[in-house]
Amino acid sequence: MNIFKLSIKNLFYRPLSSLLSLLLLALGVSMISLLVLINSVVQDQMNNNLKGIDMVVGAKGSPLQLILSSVYHVDSPTGNISLKEARSIEKNPMVGNSVPLLYGDNYEGFRIVGTNEKFIELYNLSIENGSFWDDEFEVVVGKKIATKLNLKVGDTFVTSHGLRQTGESHADTPFTVVGITNFSNSVADQLILTSAESVWGVHGDHTHDDEEHDHDEEHDHDDDKEITAMLIKFNSPMNVIQFPRYINENTNLQSAVPSYEISRLFKLFGFGIETINLLAYLIIVVSGISIFITLFNSMKERKYDMALIRTLGGSRLQLSSMLVYEAIVLTISGFILGIILSRLGLVFISSLMESSFNYSLNSYGIFNDEFWLLAISILIGLMACLIPSIQVYKMDISKTLSNE
Amino acid sequence: MIKTESLKFSYDGRKYFDFPDINLDTGENLLIIGNSGIGKTTLLHLLAGILKPKSGSINVSGIEISKFSDTELDKFRGDNIGIVFQRPHFIYSLTINENLKLAQYLSPSKTSGDAEKILESLNINDKYQQKPNQLSEGEKQRVSIALALINSPNLILADEPTSSLDDFNCDNVIKLLKKQAKDHKAQLIVITHDARLKKHFKNNLNL
Repeated sequence: MNIFKLSIKNLFYRPLSSLLSLLLLALGVSMISLLVLINSVVQDQMNNNLKGIDMVVGAKGSPLQLILSSVYHVDSPTGNISLKEARSIEKNPMVGNSVPLLYGDNYEGFRIVGTNEKFIELYNLSIENGSFWDDEFEVVVGKKIATKLNLKVGDTFVTSHGLRQTGESHADTPFTVVGITNFSNSVADQLILTSAESVWGVHGDHTHDDEEHDHDEEHDHDDDKEITAMLIKFNSPMNVIQFPRYINENTNLQSAVPSYEISRLFKLFGFGIETINLLAYLIIVVSGISIFITLFNSMKERKYDMALIRTLGGSRLQLSSMLVYEAIVLTISGFILGIILSRLGLVFISSLMESSFNYSLNSYGIFNDEFWLLAISILIGLMACLIPSIQVYKMDISKTLSNE
Repeated sequence: MIKTESLKFSYDGRKYFDFPDINLDTGENLLIIGNSGIGKTTLLHLLAGILKPKSGSINVSGIEISKFSDTELDKFRGDNIGIVFQRPHFIYSLTINENLKLAQYLSPSKTSGDAEKILESLNINDKYQQKPNQLSEGEKQRVSIALALINSPNLILADEPTSSLDDFNCDNVIKLLKKQAKDHKAQLIVITHDARLKKHFKNNLNL
């Protein structure tokens, strides 16, 4: 038996008030830590997917929608643009690299993106199994999809029209899996990639007799072909200031700058996040007050216990440290409980996001911000036990014992 | 051996308690008897080192404690003095066993007695694992005697140990205290207003 064990026993002797303080702190900590986690995971994911994309060109509409659909593959596309117009932008000397994107179908809710080898370069994709496509109706499947749908090289499947599983199916043009990518920790993990020609092929309206023509010949048919969007990397970062405006003012196309739109999105979120954050800190302070009240009240109940400890040879310091331990044990276990709760919350939110967006969050490590949170929790605990432990330190045991 | 000389104490600096000198040889017990409000508990607290005298000297087993600091007094008290309170006190969150273990922990420099043996001699060894709340009043008092004995004190101070007891139990408790003090080679000082105890003590001191 020692003072620390005594403190633990004391906490269990008042289970309800200990539990209340514990839950309040855990609630505050888990809210803050969940916010920190989601914020950092979402920003990480978003920024990771932004790499190499300075601008997106697509049909007129909401710029945020254009970014969400063609960079993050979560929203519906704004519409299609003609391949001819896209080509003319591609030729502009300010444009360094461009990646065409073509939507149309999905398989089990996962988007099939028609594109070319530049997409592979952009997301730095590598093949784990099989090869990249080199013929129509061959697809490369993102690692996450392959795992989830249990797809293997050589499997074939029929796609449905649109971006939802409920669209009509294209039974006459099945796709064959020729490759599965390695994990890239980007959106490519949850996409099915194929050539632009395949997507045009499925939708029949642009099929030609001479499908096997070479690149120059293909140019002749650009007039009536359409793509959904184009991801663009500039030659110089300075171009991001002029070029998007030039497109929006002088063409039928819309350009959007992902980094700008995403920071706008975070600003919109930001207010809500700030409010929840503030609320969470308030809960932590209330838990501190709850610990204070618990200790303060227990001092009256326990004054003879404490006088006894002194008569048995316990020092003032030992008595005070008993209360400090009680507060610190409460706050640290509240903090740990909060961290566990926040991880459970993340699992829940991640499964929610996975089912609605095919996005998942996976980061369960401890963040720097959470060490701050631990420090704040301990500080709250120390403040809560400050007055009670000083009072206990100054306690007049003679008076206490004479009042019996 | 317990010795006090011209002991004076005051709570407020105006009203002074003047205590008669005590001179008790090793192996002797003492009954201090007096009416309420005369400073009995004050004297007990002075002897226990819970209060410090305004003047005079207190010598317990050859140690002069009147000039000790608070920390020295805490240590002295834990090592040398066992107190039996009028109403028994415990750490209510701990079992009887843990209460005794805590008492041993608080006085580490002292080779303490065997908790089980002490409980056995007090006939309450079956209450080992119980919490103080589960005990009857009589059991509580015996456990509080065990708490006073656990660190093998040189001096046992008992504050009104019999005032709420009937004659039969009064006799039992005082005999028990005397026996335990003798078995543990401790001196016993009982402070009371209970005149029934006079016959049990050779040395009486009237306040």
